[in-house]
Amino acid sequence: MSMSSVNSSLAHQRRERRLVLLLLAPALAVVGGLLIVPLCWLAWQSVRQDGGFTLAHYARFLTDDVYWMTFLQTFRMAFIVTAAALILGYPVAYVAAGTSRRWSLFILAMVVLPFWTSVLVRAYAWLILLQRRGLVNTALTELGLIDAPLTLVNNEFGTIVATVHILLPFMVLPLYATMQKIPPELTMAGSSLGGTPLHVFLRVFLPLSLPGVVAGMVLVFVLTLGFYITPELLGGGRTYMVSMLVSRNIEVYNEWGAASSISVVLLACVFFIFRLASLVIPFERIMGAR
Amino acid sequence: MAVSKLLLRAFVGLVLLWLIIPIVIIVPMSFSGARFLAFPPPFWSLRWYEAYLASPAWMQATRVSLTVAVASAIIATVMGTAAAYALNLASSRLVRSLQVVLMLPLVVPIVITAVGVFLVYANVGLLATMTGLILANVMLGLPYVITSVLVGLRKFDPAQEMVSRSLGMNRLRTFFIVTLPQIRPSVITGLLFAFISALDETVVALFISGGQYQTLTKRMFTALRDEIDPTIAAISTLLTAVSFLIVMLVALNARGERGRV
Repeated sequence: MSMSSVNSSLAHQRRERRLVLLLLAPALAVVGGLLIVPLCWLAWQSVRQDGGFTLAHYARFLTDDVYWMTFLQTFRMAFIVTAAALILGYPVAYVAAGTSRRWSLFILAMVVLPFWTSVLVRAYAWLILLQRRGLVNTALTELGLIDAPLTLVNNEFGTIVATVHILLPFMVLPLYATMQKIPPELTMAGSSLGGTPLHVFLRVFLPLSLPGVVAGMVLVFVLTLGFYITPELLGGGRTYMVSMLVSRNIEVYNEWGAASSISVVLLACVFFIFRLASLVIPFERIMGAR
Repeated sequence: MAVSKLLLRAFVGLVLLWLIIPIVIIVPMSFSGARFLAFPPPFWSLRWYEAYLASPAWMQATRVSLTVAVASAIIATVMGTAAAYALNLASSRLVRSLQVVLMLPLVVPIVITAVGVFLVYANVGLLATMTGLILANVMLGLPYVITSVLVGLRKFDPAQEMVSRSLGMNRLRTFFIVTLPQIRPSVITGLLFAFISALDETVVALFISGGQYQTLTKRMFTALRDEIDPTIAAISTLLTAVSFLIVMLVALNARGERGRV
């Protein structure tokens, strides 16, 4: 290669790099200015008080019961919701991946439609269904199954039902994406070698579907940790989640230091979970961009 | 064996019903003539739709929400398509890792995002403004556009761009004449997702919108905290109809893509 062509290829590379940065600049500016900068700002605020350094905002996690109990309740909720979503979602994805194209499209449509319906609308629907004189209580009473209406809403139960409903698509879609790629020859080979259906499922299909299980569980778990609308509307003040603790500290008490330290801890939990998951499955795959 | 298969399908059928019923149930509720929400409604009427259409506050909120959704979807699509194109072009791992940064709006819990945006806006005077609402929703819509366009670009053969440029077309014209028509379905899908995400966005709007620039979802949320007003059933039905329409458009759009290739 002659000297001039080396030079021109270097110049080309430089031009190329400049173009890439130029095209990325607007998007990076928006995400940087409205997300990265404020997150750093929150982190800074969380260790400041009256113009000096302090760990007082974090010390509250040890001294104030409300703090760690809220985190405990939020994690408890996240575990319950994730487990429920897995139990409900795995069979749906399994059937969708193993049936004819038309049926699998139908099942996916039933999953995707709620996915793109407003979270607020779905929370409202559950409020209507589960309230004291709501549809569920009326039906149960008329069937003679219960004498007095059950308290299904304004508590943890109602919040869990609505949260699972809203987050189920985040479980089914990654599961389906993974299962769909499992070659049917593998399970057929398993059966032809004399494995019972249950055996083949447990030894062949289930292990191969695990990346989807991890992706779905991580998404549902992390989203539940930060959920705000359903506990606020359906929790009836009894279900107190971290996100509500953040918003109360700002809206009611105007306590930015406290809100900042809670945000930092919650964010650290979220990043830690993604980091753990990325040991098993790359981040891009969790987010659906293969 | 056959029994277990049947049981499995019955279970899946029940889960799907459970998924879809809450969304469908709102429709008859919204046509109820009663003041309280009973099912089935004792008699039918359009009074809640009339109440919605006759209310200047709900109408103003609807205008704000639609303007924000349309504007932010268009801006996010332009920025996101440019960014996805660059990410696809880049060879260095450093630049590729920027993709993770651009996905952050989906990862960070929405309350924290809302608090952060509030913090910035309070200092630059963008609270309770249209510009502020649009910018925040651009940020939240970017991940959808970038993900969708990247999927389209991965299927696109870059050799076509090289041919076009070796024939003397410049980069910009090559993009618009050769590349864009082929990735158009992915761009449109990204646009639709960004639109619906902005239309439904609630938590950030709770923190940053106010005064005459309150979004529809913020008004609904505030109204729901006080009482279950059936007007909200009418609005919810309309919002669900929009979602349904968007999902149909995305599906048609995806079919068009498959048909052409």
